[in-house]
Amino acid sequence: MPLPSKLTDFTLAEARDAVLGRKISSTELTKAFSKAVADAKPLNAFVTETPEKALEMAAASDTRIAKGEARPLEGLPLAIKDLFCTKGVKTTAGSNILNNFIPPYESTVTQNLWDAGAVMLGKTNMDEFAMGSSNETSYYKPVLSPWRAKNSNAALVPGGSSGGSASAVAANLCLGATGTDTGGSIRQPAAVTGTVGLKPTYGRCSRWGTVAFASSLDQAGPMTRTVRDAAILLRHMASVDPKDSTSVDTPVPDYEAGLENGVKGLRVGIPKEYRIDGAPPEIDTLWQKGTDWLKAQGAQIVEVSLPHTKYALPAYYIVAPAEASSNLARYDGVRFGHRTKEAVRDMIDLYEKSRAEGFGAEVRRRILIGTYVLSAGYYDAYYTRAQKIRTLILRDFEQAWEQCDVLLTPATPGPAFAIGEKSNDPISMYLNDVFTVTVNLAGLPGLAVPAGLTADGLPLGLQIIGKAFDEATVLRAGRSIETAANFTAKPQHWWAA
Amino acid sequence: MSVDKDTVRRIAKLARIALEEDRVEPMERELNGILAWVEQLQEVNVEGVVPMTSVVAQKLKMREDVVTDGNIAEAVTANAPVSEDNFFVVPKVVE
Repeated sequence: MPLPSKLTDFTLAEARDAVLGRKISSTELTKAFSKAVADAKPLNAFVTETPEKALEMAAASDTRIAKGEARPLEGLPLAIKDLFCTKGVKTTAGSNILNNFIPPYESTVTQNLWDAGAVMLGKTNMDEFAMGSSNETSYYKPVLSPWRAKNSNAALVPGGSSGGSASAVAANLCLGATGTDTGGSIRQPAAVTGTVGLKPTYGRCSRWGTVAFASSLDQAGPMTRTVRDAAILLRHMASVDPKDSTSVDTPVPDYEAGLENGVKGLRVGIPKEYRIDGAPPEIDTLWQKGTDWLKAQGAQIVEVSLPHTKYALPAYYIVAPAEASSNLARYDGVRFGHRTKEAVRDMIDLYEKSRAEGFGAEVRRRILIGTYVLSAGYYDAYYTRAQKIRTLILRDFEQAWEQCDVLLTPATPGPAFAIGEKSNDPISMYLNDVFTVTVNLAGLPGLAVPAGLTADGLPLGLQIIGKAFDEATVLRAGRSIETAANFTAKPQHWWAA
Repeated sequence: MSVDKDTVRRIAKLARIALEEDRVEPMERELNGILAWVEQLQEVNVEGVVPMTSVVAQKLKMREDVVTDGNIAEAVTANAPVSEDNFFVVPKVVE
């Protein structure tokens, strides 16, 4: 394949081969992406841009390449979700409460990427503490999707919570980005921006240094323009880590190796409970297309049942707020983060005022729900029951694996919506994650792959769900969808000055 | 189950988040909307089901109980909104 004429149109794999093959320098590539970032201010995809740091890292990469000491991601510019702590670079988690927080340490995931030679372009905007599906809860104002509906200039959301990363990848502002996914925060924004997003198995990537939301669900993963790029990035994000006791000591395979092996003989499950009332007919049509594509490539299609699917979202809205209320107790206005400037009566008053000023409305709401479901007299009725339902959801998947190797489902119940359209109705916002949240509750890997456009010209994705630690098969099936869908649409370049 | 205004005030107190009096009623409504929606979990038969404690089958790792880090008081207090000589500063807590 001929290389694209613009450096920012390169895929991560193309850029890697060009940089390692000394066809282009990391400095040229990094300058091109830093300029694209600087020109894309209307998208508001970045909270912090780090062009000087990027150039320093690129120069160091070029020196290594010249000395023949190149590492696997040498000189490749990436965007980092502002939930990953980056040493010496402000990390906000999209919140006012961390507006001045400069971490004295580096998250394990980003350290792994720098150790592999990658270059940081900046920190991407996100829903506050990763709580949201549209990026509208960010203290740093919403991110816009580079996509617009046909014959419309209305601003659309990029999904969330990793909306800045999704927007940056879709608009070619970086080769790839990191995201985190607690209930769908990688896969939903990827799906509605026509990009690829992978939530790995719980424990595949270390959570150390990633600002915690719901610790039993949070997982970091790659967001890219192609399935191959996701395979490349995951390999260099994942690791066992002594600093995260839930990270798993299983070798990280070369996910690229078997990517083109196809789906011949693969058993693909179609869970009937993912057919929901009220979803636009385009979702079902696309799902059927995906099924036909895999069948045409030799996969065996099996109808399966995951009977507890409808309880996943309500169970999530007990478990996630409960864990969040506990995790977010650390923001006390004393050790780091925002502290009220008002006069305070005592210690408690300092906590209450600092937290009320520092947290946004959605975060406050979830902390209160979490506090309630964990409070004396309600714990068993809510939290214990939700954790039992989680066991049943995992059991559903385990039973499905007796009949199939992966599952194929829609990624979202619809395309991107307008800014403001759902922000006054929490439950309608929560329903965005109806197809993704089951995977977090069961700890499994899930991949969103762009698969088509709506009649209005907006991207839709399909999701592949796999067995624990079987990302290789998930990526291989995703690659088959990608090949068949041949999704080449790109948003109009309306945002650049 | 649902919450009333006093419960909203109580959980805000437990969560250490100041809640203005005019925010109590809207918060009561929002929380009850969510609680009514999660009510559907009551219809699931969970008899004899063990609550999940770990999504991935693995034993929690143990490590040597030794100091691996430390003597970085300056780094620890670097982000404190108010600090003095590497100590955190808080309002008076002892009369």
